[in-house]
Amino acid sequence: MTQGTSMLRHTLSRVLGLLPTLLMLITVAFFMIRMAPGGPFDSEKYIPAEIEANLSAKYNLDDSLPRQYLRYMGQIVLLDFGPSFQYKDWTVNELIGQAYPVSLTIGALAMLLAFVLGTLLGITAALRQNTGVDYGLMGIAMLGISVPNFVIAPVLILVVAVYAGWLPAGGWDWSVASMVLPVITLALPVTAYIARMTRGSMIEVLHSNFIRCARAKGLPESVVIRRHALKPALLPVISFMGPATAGLISGSVVIERIFSIPGLGSYFVQGALNRDYTLVMGVVIFYGVLIILLNFAVDLIYAWLNPKIRYDEKH
Amino acid sequence: MTKSTDTPVFDPFEEALGVRDVKGRSPWEDAWYRLRKNRAAVYSTFVMGFMILLVLFGPLVISWESDFTDWDFTSSPPGFASGHWFGTDAVGRDILVRTLEGGRISLLVGLVATLVSLIIGVSYGAIAGYFGGTVDRVMMRVVDIIYALPFLFFVILMMMVFGRHILLIFVAIGAVNWLDMARIVRGQTLSIKNMEFIEAARACGVTPWNIIRRHVIPNLLGVVIVYVTLTIPQVILVESFLSFLGLGVQEPMSSWGALVSDGAQDMESAPWTLIVPAVFLTVTLYCFNYIGDGLRDALDPKDRP
Repeated sequence: MTQGTSMLRHTLSRVLGLLPTLLMLITVAFFMIRMAPGGPFDSEKYIPAEIEANLSAKYNLDDSLPRQYLRYMGQIVLLDFGPSFQYKDWTVNELIGQAYPVSLTIGALAMLLAFVLGTLLGITAALRQNTGVDYGLMGIAMLGISVPNFVIAPVLILVVAVYAGWLPAGGWDWSVASMVLPVITLALPVTAYIARMTRGSMIEVLHSNFIRCARAKGLPESVVIRRHALKPALLPVISFMGPATAGLISGSVVIERIFSIPGLGSYFVQGALNRDYTLVMGVVIFYGVLIILLNFAVDLIYAWLNPKIRYDEKH
Repeated sequence: MTKSTDTPVFDPFEEALGVRDVKGRSPWEDAWYRLRKNRAAVYSTFVMGFMILLVLFGPLVISWESDFTDWDFTSSPPGFASGHWFGTDAVGRDILVRTLEGGRISLLVGLVATLVSLIIGVSYGAIAGYFGGTVDRVMMRVVDIIYALPFLFFVILMMMVFGRHILLIFVAIGAVNWLDMARIVRGQTLSIKNMEFIEAARACGVTPWNIIRRHVIPNLLGVVIVYVTLTIPQVILVESFLSFLGLGVQEPMSSWGALVSDGAQDMESAPWTLIVPAVFLTVTLYCFNYIGDGLRDALDPKDRP
């Protein structure tokens, strides 16, 4: 079998493999949130029993759980996430449609920053292995991993926004100034991980035989690095992109809250606290699909970059 | 480790010099030697030991109670004059005592939740790796699926389902943090299970469960120790995350995350309420990460020269 057709088959089987993942995600989230004590109308001051029954009937909460589940799945297939319980007059589609450009912008910028800065720092450290530069950079990277987002963010706000007054302390108006602090805080831990990872794999690659061969035939060091070492050294970083995205999304929950940014993360936490079933489900599904698709894309890029992987009948 | 690895290394120089019967070093002795050479890890261990002592005995020594509100000194800056060395918060509670007692909770969560993830991860990985085939494929596919999800969302959902009891925080965090452990243990098990001593055990009629328990798991100890050390800071971090979002431990109990969250509220008027718990939390995470790194370099057979 040729490489091309086996790759096509691999792609197809992966696409089919995505559906059970998504189904499981939706099912687990649905039943977990329904198991939680309390309901979406608990925060109303006082509701007579009849009105509550009417409310429940309007939102179909009086059906049995399996029937609600089936009804919900039917809705989702049509990409309708239903009305929000908390934000009256809003559907979940509208809420998500309003929030996701913000979250996606922050996330994408943070990912870009983390990837570029992380690989650059990692390569720099690897090329100066066991020197002061290496130890310094890796010490900073360790700090980036160890200091949580929610510690860096208030400190940055305090120093840069409150004391110096250079940037706004929070809020979101699509200006560059309002993006700088959230993107930096969100990107820092991922940058640190990527830097450590790149350094490790770069050192490993530089010790391998084909690099010795490239040097032996007299190539200048910069060409050895750029043309031969860079691609294999970046492979682990590429496969880290999936978990990194999941980490960024988790981090964005906190970042959006600290900087009061109207994104998906704040909707999720608010929705979870208020038992806004449909909103929470909507955000979970949105992010779930995003991560699954991204993992899929990473997988394809990885296979395309790495000639060692062959998708034969075995897989 | 197994006895068979204790055989002395053959060294032609010693042979030529006529030195005989060199006492062999076990892999554990090698690892211990490498660990001691790693200065960052050694210093981190000392700092961590000091931190644990401080958290355990500090509140007993300091004369303030963590819930005592000193109305004469609300939001007082650090200093010796007031008797509150690290200052007080907005209602006059001593920051140092609160931080140390919060540290007890954070470290406890770190240990217990790691234990939960250890038990789940090791048994899951060992079973998947030992049985292999379809069992392995299905079990690892499940891990892949869970791995791809933003786990913080699931912790938040679990906190909603089970309420905010401290025991459930342990379980909820441990229950989502076992994936790395399971993957690594499975990989190691795959390489161990075809070795002769496992074959011998199987030939003697030992049941699979006993082989896993008596022969596979003890040989995983090295990697498991490394990942336990690296899981503890992760778990502490997740708990702080939850507490920061108001989903973790509840008043009057406190943790470093909750204290940082409180401190972030009045950081403009009283920055020390943010900085003190933040420094304790950061130093702890830093040390654990360095110790874990050192242990990995010392114990991971892949990196041996």
